[in-house]
Amino acid sequence: MVETFEPKSDYRVIGSRPVRHDGFDKVTGRAIYGADVKLPGLIWGALARSPHAHAIVKSIDTSEAEKTPGVLGVITSKDMPETEDKMIDLGEGDENPRWTSNRLMASTKVIYRGHPVAAVAAADRYVAEEAAKKVKVEYEILPVHNDVDSALANQAEIIIDGMVGNDLGEEVKNTNMATHERYDFGDVNKAFKDAAYIEENTYTMQMVHQGYIEPQNATAFWDEEDRVKVWTSTQGAFTARTALANLLQLDVSRIKVTPCEIGGGFGGKIPVYLEPIAALLSKKTGRPVKMVMERTAVFETTGPTPGGKVWVKIGADNNGKLIAAESKIWFEAGCNPGSMIGPAAQCIYAPYDIPNTRIDSYDVVVNKPKVAPYRAPGSPQVAYAMESAVDDLCDKAGWDSMEFRINNASTQGTRRGDGVRFSVIGTKDVLSATKSSNHWNSDLGTAPEGKVRGRGISNGYWFNIGLKSSVNLNVNNDGTVTLIEGSTDIGGSRASISMQAAEALGIPAEDVRPSIVDTDSVGYTDVTGGSRTTYATGFAAWKAANNLVDELKGRVAMLWSEGTGEFGKDDVTFESGVFWSKAEPQKSISFKELAGKLDNLGGPAISTGSVDLESAGDGFGMHIADIEVDRATGKTDVIRYTAVQDVGKAIHPSYVEGQMQGGAVQGIGWALNEEYYMQDEGGMANSSFLDYRMPTSLDLPEIETVIVEIPTPLHPYGVRGVGEVPICPPLAAIGNAIKDALGVRLTDLPMNPGKIIEALKK
Amino acid sequence: MTTNTTNIHIRTKINGQSYEFLAPSYMSLLDALREIVGLTGTKEGCLDGNCGACTVNMDGRIVDSCLVLAAEMNGSEIETIEGMATSDGLHPLQKTFLEEAALQCGICTPGFLVAAKGLLDNEPKPTERRIRHWLAGNLCRCTGYDKIVKAVQKAASDN
Repeated sequence: MVETFEPKSDYRVIGSRPVRHDGFDKVTGRAIYGADVKLPGLIWGALARSPHAHAIVKSIDTSEAEKTPGVLGVITSKDMPETEDKMIDLGEGDENPRWTSNRLMASTKVIYRGHPVAAVAAADRYVAEEAAKKVKVEYEILPVHNDVDSALANQAEIIIDGMVGNDLGEEVKNTNMATHERYDFGDVNKAFKDAAYIEENTYTMQMVHQGYIEPQNATAFWDEEDRVKVWTSTQGAFTARTALANLLQLDVSRIKVTPCEIGGGFGGKIPVYLEPIAALLSKKTGRPVKMVMERTAVFETTGPTPGGKVWVKIGADNNGKLIAAESKIWFEAGCNPGSMIGPAAQCIYAPYDIPNTRIDSYDVVVNKPKVAPYRAPGSPQVAYAMESAVDDLCDKAGWDSMEFRINNASTQGTRRGDGVRFSVIGTKDVLSATKSSNHWNSDLGTAPEGKVRGRGISNGYWFNIGLKSSVNLNVNNDGTVTLIEGSTDIGGSRASISMQAAEALGIPAEDVRPSIVDTDSVGYTDVTGGSRTTYATGFAAWKAANNLVDELKGRVAMLWSEGTGEFGKDDVTFESGVFWSKAEPQKSISFKELAGKLDNLGGPAISTGSVDLESAGDGFGMHIADIEVDRATGKTDVIRYTAVQDVGKAIHPSYVEGQMQGGAVQGIGWALNEEYYMQDEGGMANSSFLDYRMPTSLDLPEIETVIVEIPTPLHPYGVRGVGEVPICPPLAAIGNAIKDALGVRLTDLPMNPGKIIEALKK
Repeated sequence: MTTNTTNIHIRTKINGQSYEFLAPSYMSLLDALREIVGLTGTKEGCLDGNCGACTVNMDGRIVDSCLVLAAEMNGSEIETIEGMATSDGLHPLQKTFLEEAALQCGICTPGFLVAAKGLLDNEPKPTERRIRHWLAGNLCRCTGYDKIVKAVQKAASDN
């Protein structure tokens, strides 16, 4: 039975906006990110990479590289330990270690451009990079599959030899289709026969990158006892340790991963890339080895989110009630299976209550980097399709699309597309908050000459995840508490976790001192991702705080008994940072005062809290986009933007707003400009920040935020995740705004000037 | 170092302090700061001048230090993020960045702070548009820029 909690409202710390605990380090340049790690005897590593996206490796000659002055060691796939051919769980997705090993260092084949073929360790970075260029590889070039249609064609070249596909439970050999799944509820065919209005369309999209500013990095030292220390910017030190244990064929206890400060991730820093290579170069040279990835390789070889296509068909009755939905989702997995078709199916219909639904989804291997999670992985693509179709259905039937969304909104008990039924959710509350927002009730204004304006809305959904977290607390005799955790702080989670401990202990947020420690120093903790950290690690902190209060009640009883034993732990209550005697209400001692006495009251007071949470509170959001299109150039400017979201409870509202704004802007970039622009012969044509062109400050208006708080009963403070939801609505909100402005539906992302000019010609 | 490397003799001032060292001719200002001088607050994001994470102030002008050769430091005065706070405390921009929650992961923060200081040093009261234009060379992927722009506006209004 899952424990549930009643909502509260009288908080002292939660809902306030303290300066984050790591703030001073981060505005002064003192914070140590992965690339800043320095060790005695440190040398550098660099990779030799394939210029081809699909080729047989006929031979690798490293002799010239090895002869380069300053080079201390060179490795190839021969130095990679033999790994098992089985799927393992890495927290946010499964991986086959053999495929991962081959993907990180090619053996017989390269299957994406930039695929590493050898690695060099040298006295400095420049020498390592120069020497890597001297690795000679003989390739036999194979046909390249850049997209789903090409990879699934009859005569397609097989990308992973020996991969067995799973087609609704049937084994398929000689294929690039890894998985075909189906969810089917109600009677979809009959419901479409009954429908008065039907809308169907196919939406296409390219891969897009997480675009974190800090490149991947790793520093590793392999010692004489086969113990490996790794310093890296990772979203999950423990999942990195698991992945390394599999790749290096070592027990997890031989590996210690220290998570450094991390310069963004958005899911992309869950997988390991450089860590095992740096470790093996260290093994080869006996020196600590640092590697920092070049930006081109970040784009070409680290996880983007899937491109692909989504076909969706929806039907409503005469009363404007959605009665049927069917979809087919084809996602590009990249060069190894594992695109997010599961989450896509969970998310596609979630904002709506639809009795008859079917989803077919396909995970397809192509010659591109293997995808990695990216903020609500799989959800924005399907939200783009579904939310565009909803607007088009409403246009067809003459219905108001806001009222239609309200009338069909999911609620407690609604069955999601994958069959799960919702607990307490805020879909309707988000819609009504949107409807009463200042933005929704303001005019679009008049466009200057040559330009035209439009407004669009879209829902967005992410289920949020729970998983495992651990927290340790230690009381200092000055009344502060150190909080030891294993969750990488990617955007203020030291603050949001410390605040939950502070609330439970009745002390100020500043009196909790958080530290994020290595994998030897705290219990297992899953990745910072899936919008789980403030929810699950915060839950663990709350649990540890309550365990600490319990321990301290015993100390208070000891103090008040004065050796007589007349006070027991149960005679003491605790409220708002003060311990009280149940029998004598005038008898009390504050947390801080007690802390100062602990040295003579049984010694150090410590506690732990750990959780393994099956589920989390579902998150819904709605965005409003006002855009202005220049009819001559096709350029779209976002002129006003509002993000509305049910966050359950905002622990630190500033960082909640920041998540909503940041996610919205990533979605705006995805909607209007970002894409992997692929060359026919394979490889990305725009693998720099200049050509990939993420939004800058000048491209954007203020991003307004409306926080809705419908506490989830699954968390002591009602926290739902926050980070993922806001990237889901922007694609369709902007697509719907463009349709409002121009009267044309764009079905291919990104909706860039070229596509708008083409659409205007029609 | 390769055997045929030429080392350049460099005399420079960084955050008001004098430095003298040798740097390989091919080394960037960014790497000289990080690897030779040991100031790692200046960050590497792309090494091609498109993200601004490595922004420093060179003789009163903000530059991407990944695009400047270390040799060009000779005779120059460089200001980095490490020089922004003084013994009197944080620079007003550093304070407003903390108060306004203008950072999430923080990797772009040193570059934004040095760039924003470069603006406010010369234009104490910029408009929002001017701030957005000035900071367009610095990429942030976490915040959507909203809180960064507000933090700069707040520091400017306190000027």
